[in-house]
Amino acid sequence: MKAMLIAFAAIVVIAVGANQALTHMGFSSADEYSSSSVRLDH
Amino acid sequence: MKRTALAIVFLLAFLTQGLAPGFAQDTAPDRSATGGAQTLEDILKRQRGEPVDDSFRSDKTGDPNSAAAMSSQLGTLGGVSDPELWRALRYGTADVKVSAGGPQARVLIQDGGMSWLAFREGPLATYGALLLGGTIVLLALFFLIRGRIRIDGEKTGLTITRFKAIERFGHWLLGGSFVLLALTGLLTLFGRMAIIPLVGHDAFAPLAHFSKWIHNNVSWAFMLGLIMVFVMWVAHNIPNKLDLKWIAVGGGLFKKGVHPPAKKFNFGQKLVFWGVIVLGVSVSVSGLSLLFPFDMPLFAATFEKLNATGLPQLFGYGTLPTQLAPQEEMQLAQLWHAIVAFVMMALILAHIYIGSIGMEGAFDAMGSGEVELQWAKEHHGLWVEEVREEERRKHTEHAVPAE
Repeated sequence: MKAMLIAFAAIVVIAVGANQALTHMGFSSADEYSSSSVRLDH
Repeated sequence: MKRTALAIVFLLAFLTQGLAPGFAQDTAPDRSATGGAQTLEDILKRQRGEPVDDSFRSDKTGDPNSAAAMSSQLGTLGGVSDPELWRALRYGTADVKVSAGGPQARVLIQDGGMSWLAFREGPLATYGALLLGGTIVLLALFFLIRGRIRIDGEKTGLTITRFKAIERFGHWLLGGSFVLLALTGLLTLFGRMAIIPLVGHDAFAPLAHFSKWIHNNVSWAFMLGLIMVFVMWVAHNIPNKLDLKWIAVGGGLFKKGVHPPAKKFNFGQKLVFWGVIVLGVSVSVSGLSLLFPFDMPLFAATFEKLNATGLPQLFGYGTLPTQLAPQEEMQLAQLWHAIVAFVMMALILAHIYIGSIGMEGAFDAMGSGEVELQWAKEHHGLWVEEVREEERRKHTEHAVPAE
């Protein structure tokens, strides 16, 4: 069962990691569909 | 003679009757009353859901080459009247220029969205729900009739390692993420029609928000799991002659005490493996296309290749469109993504059933990795022999002292 639980934990880590990485790489909708002159939430 | 002549007359009369409507359809409708614009008949046909050949207006988008000189009357219009400009916008042929937003921002009217919406809420949701519901009913019936497939022989109390930790990790990375993706996907598709009426908009909004977050981000774990499982198990899933024996007795699923010989994976498991790989790759590719909207269009290129094979024409779909609006690409990707996902969910429901309540001793393979020896002998007899042979070989190698 340990392998199963580690895999489930890995899913969470990968999901959070992917979200952070993609946001930092500028793949958020806000970055993708607006230019620097548009301030959406920052 | 008279009879023959009469028969020919009747035949001719019949043919003319039969063909008359055909000829009528081929000739262009008379639109002189509206000056070439659409007629009441066109509108009624469209409302009845019948196909209307729109080319009589979609092609009339003006001709800049025959524009009057700038100094002439209406010269500033550039040979294109306002109705003609609107028609070009309506049919997506206008030369729209935008300063930002990419090709998708150049599409101002996209009526393909309506057929996407209708298909998504109609046949997709209906047949998808029927497929999943039908699968559950069939599995329940199978359980009622066949019951739990027990270990036939005497249990030995000994175990054999069926899957190593890394194999189980890969399996659960794929399986765990798939369950999350399936649930959040279903929530996205059925939310508006099934969940909002139950819990209301206010409760559904955060649910939909987090569901989308989970669906988008957990997809990476799914793709990683898919690669792991493929690499680890592909060699064991190549079809061979043994599979024919398995097929001949229906895998022993329908009769107690029947156990066709199998190596690490039997034919049923091979079907699940290849089903997961093929559908999983397809759902991943269409999913990536949706994750990075408009950056990875798939369908125009696919349709072009399909058209070249002649298959769509053969099956009566005609030539598939190869000029698609960016939005249309996304709509088709979404539909394909959902169709593949539904088939995969049905397959996995059966997989979950047989791996849990459907068969005694099966879950251990992916739980602890250690299975009852008797179970292994019954379901994977040849594999047990292979493992033992390997152990004997290792044992002899170790037993020989180094020189």
